[in-house]
Amino acid sequence: MGRGGSVRFWIFGSMLLIGVWGQEPKSERHDEHGGGSNVSGISIVSLEWEYVEPPYLVALWILVCFLCKLVIEANHHVTEFIPESALLICSGFILGGMIWGADKVQTFRLTPYDFFHYFLPPIILDTGYSMPNKLFFTNLGGILIHAIIGTCWNAASLGLSLWGCQIGGAMGDLNVGLLQYLLFGSLIAAVDPVAVLAVFEQVHVNEVLFIMVFGESLLNDGVTVVLFNVFNAFVTLGGPRINAAEIIKGIISFFVVAFGGSLVGFVFGLLFALLSRCTKNIQIIEPGFLFILGYLAYLTAEMLSLSAILSIVFFGVCCQKYINANMDENSVRTMKCAVKVFANGAETMIFVFLGISAIDKSIWVWNTGFVLLTLLFILIYRFMGVFFLTWFMNLTRLVPIDYTDQVIMSYGGLRGAVAYGLAVMLDEAKIEEKKLMVSTTLIVVYFTVILQGVTMKPLVKWLKVKRAASAEKTLIEKVQNRAFEHILVAIEDISGQKGNNYLRNKWFKFEENWMSRILLRPSVRERQDKVFNVFHQLNLKDAMSYVVEGERRGSLEFIRNESAFVDFKKKFGEDMTMSMPDIMADMSDDRSAASSTRKESVPSVSLEVHEQAMRGTRAAEGLDSHHLLQQHLYKGRKQHRHRYSRSHFDINKDENEIQEIFQRTMKSRLESFKSGKMGVAPPKTITKHTRKEQQQKLQNKKSKSRLSGDEDFEFSEGDSASGYDTSFPVRGGYRPGAGIENPAFMPDVDLPLQIPPWLEDVDSVAPSQRAQVRLPWTPSNLRRLSPLRISTRSSDSFNLAEAPGDHQDDQLPPPPTPPPHRDGDVV
Amino acid sequence: MGTLQSSAGHPLYTELSEKTGFSAEQIAVLHKRFKQLSHNEDILRRQHFDEIPDLSCNPIRSQITEAFFDKRNFSRSNEGKVNEIGFEEFLLVMSHFRPPSQSMTQEQRENVRREKLRFLFNMHDTDNDGTITLEEYRHVVEELLSRSGALEKETAKSIADAAMLEVASISVGHMEPDEFYEGITFEHFLKLLDGFEIESKMSIRFLNVDATTLCK
Repeated sequence: MGRGGSVRFWIFGSMLLIGVWGQEPKSERHDEHGGGSNVSGISIVSLEWEYVEPPYLVALWILVCFLCKLVIEANHHVTEFIPESALLICSGFILGGMIWGADKVQTFRLTPYDFFHYFLPPIILDTGYSMPNKLFFTNLGGILIHAIIGTCWNAASLGLSLWGCQIGGAMGDLNVGLLQYLLFGSLIAAVDPVAVLAVFEQVHVNEVLFIMVFGESLLNDGVTVVLFNVFNAFVTLGGPRINAAEIIKGIISFFVVAFGGSLVGFVFGLLFALLSRCTKNIQIIEPGFLFILGYLAYLTAEMLSLSAILSIVFFGVCCQKYINANMDENSVRTMKCAVKVFANGAETMIFVFLGISAIDKSIWVWNTGFVLLTLLFILIYRFMGVFFLTWFMNLTRLVPIDYTDQVIMSYGGLRGAVAYGLAVMLDEAKIEEKKLMVSTTLIVVYFTVILQGVTMKPLVKWLKVKRAASAEKTLIEKVQNRAFEHILVAIEDISGQKGNNYLRNKWFKFEENWMSRILLRPSVRERQDKVFNVFHQLNLKDAMSYVVEGERRGSLEFIRNESAFVDFKKKFGEDMTMSMPDIMADMSDDRSAASSTRKESVPSVSLEVHEQAMRGTRAAEGLDSHHLLQQHLYKGRKQHRHRYSRSHFDINKDENEIQEIFQRTMKSRLESFKSGKMGVAPPKTITKHTRKEQQQKLQNKKSKSRLSGDEDFEFSEGDSASGYDTSFPVRGGYRPGAGIENPAFMPDVDLPLQIPPWLEDVDSVAPSQRAQVRLPWTPSNLRRLSPLRISTRSSDSFNLAEAPGDHQDDQLPPPPTPPPHRDGDVV
Repeated sequence: MGTLQSSAGHPLYTELSEKTGFSAEQIAVLHKRFKQLSHNEDILRRQHFDEIPDLSCNPIRSQITEAFFDKRNFSRSNEGKVNEIGFEEFLLVMSHFRPPSQSMTQEQRENVRREKLRFLFNMHDTDNDGTITLEEYRHVVEELLSRSGALEKETAKSIADAAMLEVASISVGHMEPDEFYEGITFEHFLKLLDGFEIESKMSIRFLNVDATTLCK
């Protein structure tokens, strides 16, 4: 079914393309014709195909590739068994076949220039930017060993073995010398980051294994580029003219290329970090710096003939921490998303084009011996190299890499587009068998990506390779992690060992004292603490789920106390809950007096945490009168203007407008909630009660200066009847009255929360009446919340939501059991 | 140094080696370090630990130092503190940080894990009542965060509280509002850190070669 659909899609996509090409000659003719004869006439519509052809084709290709991906991903049954990269290559075959069928020649193929300049950088930038730094650097030793020695070993062994086989006569008559074999070996030796990432992302192996393979694939680029260039130069020079000096030059150039490339990346990364300190005023484009500077780092390294991949990897690795901290949260999110969009898009296109490139008669030269032997040797030598190097590394590793992991590491040696790009770059004048090499490379790529990719998952399952642990970090784990780090450092100090922990500690200190000081904004530096970050994240998550859950239930209901309820008050309440009993006492007295009809306790909306945190010091009287004034003075409902601005996100900054919208929303929401929850309780009672409460509290405030924040209590007062006391849903927030600024909530401080007082709106008649009318049909109230929810954003939808409510007034029957004292209160 | 290396076959060392699992070379290296710390005496006191320069900037150094003087870390049954330790005790504490050897069975690994976690638990459980109470946990978090000066005590406190809430929800699950979570017991502690790769997080590589000359 899915396949059928996908085929249809492909056909559609390519029909589109073919249609465009079909028009191509016509339009040309048209242009010539029109340009030649009808000079004077103005053609109302003219087809300027030539004018738009290149960008149009590019855009169309991107669209087709994305559509391929869409079709592939639409069916999870297939992608579960076959990795996406393999499917993309296959769809590339089909597309290529269609183009071939239409044109009889392959018009499109992956050129090395496009690949290295447009497709590769975004992918590598993404890997660098989202690199798990700690994991990467703790395993850096092993990664480097594999990347350098492993790649050299692969290249040399493959070249030599193929050469030996040719001498042995296994491949018939080929005009390939030892150096050319080594060149071929060097281009095909490197594990490809794109292919590895595509496959390993789907199998979820444990993180050490992942970072070993993936890190190797990234860092071996430096080696590949050097080996390729050196052997290319050697081939050009010819065998006899190579002497010791040239070889030494080659070895030196390796260090220059690899470390130079990394250095370029570091420099750009640091520059970016510095720059991000002062981009506050151009927030809208600050995410763009990541791409521009990253691309510049890549191109600069390329220009200096250094390793461009290493450059952009280290650019990302180096700057990620600082820019994520320095920039605005929105910008960071934009960067994270955009970098994924580019990387994933480029990856998709690479695989599709790898498939398309194959459908071209002119590139295929077949030599069974050469192809099969290459495949065999690649696999064998990869295994040998990995096992030997891992054995060597395990001598010093704290947690050795076991055999199953080694098998996966070896088997994960996928070759990809980098090898193909390099193969296409070979000079046919110097290497007669270039075509054979290109087609062999393609075969190797298909073999590794498709066959090994498909079998990877079953193999991982069969070998019972340790999978990635669920990455959900709890706070306690973070705290313990931190404790471990310090303990290990301390024990190393005491025992006089200078191990990894010692070095890491030194680096952290250096980082903290120098790098952070220079590269981080001062305000940000304070927040740099992992434990605190997790705390903050958890807080945010809690708040989010709280809101979501509340909305699901149709109101901001207090939900957290179901899962865990720790009554700290019992033992540790001395300093934090002192103020609470008073309030509670007040409230309960008040409640029993004013609203005896209310039996069912309604959970409270405990938003006062925010409130208290932010405005603990303001005088309550001033605030009250302020709100009172605002409530009564501001009545006009402004037209909502959607202002367009290229440099700002915010749509509507008029505080009054927002407040009005918010108040009305909250009011109606609360009403429907109340009538839904309490059934009979009249809203009027609550309103009144609130007022009374306020007065009481004002008195309280005068007597107890500690209760600085309690004027906000009425925010939750409206439905505060819950017996809920000391524990709030929000972590760390159960200390009202203590006046502690909970920093986790500082960024959350938003304008809407500043207006508790919809409840103060005693005189506005319509809502309470309507609410009374609504009482009987409680179940349907929930439905009405959905339009209202939107209404915080635009007054238009608010109006829409409001209108039916008013309308219903007429039709609705009066409440069956109206509480007796209600009518007296209504103004 | 030569004399120490040659004394690797010392009968005391073989005995200690059996007890702690260190190799004779490692013991020799550690013995030298011990002498260096104690200024060539046979016992170590707390002030000797305070003199280690690298340790001085460790936020939880007092806890770690205390761990060396905690009888619970020498053998299972003992309790209480001592004021000075000999080389054997020093080694016993150190042995908690030995990496597990590759040839261990699953069961042995589990035991090693338990031992390591027990050490950590004892470090937090300062009053030795079998639970890490909120008060104790707060202390830990406060110390951990004390180096990053910007965070106030209150933040540390609320982080500890939040962590404790988390612990309660993980280990006990649903609690009634009037229930009170006593603190983390060792069983809960094991459960909490179930997903932890403790082998790598609480092991250091003890070298066979002497590197103490590098240290101050």
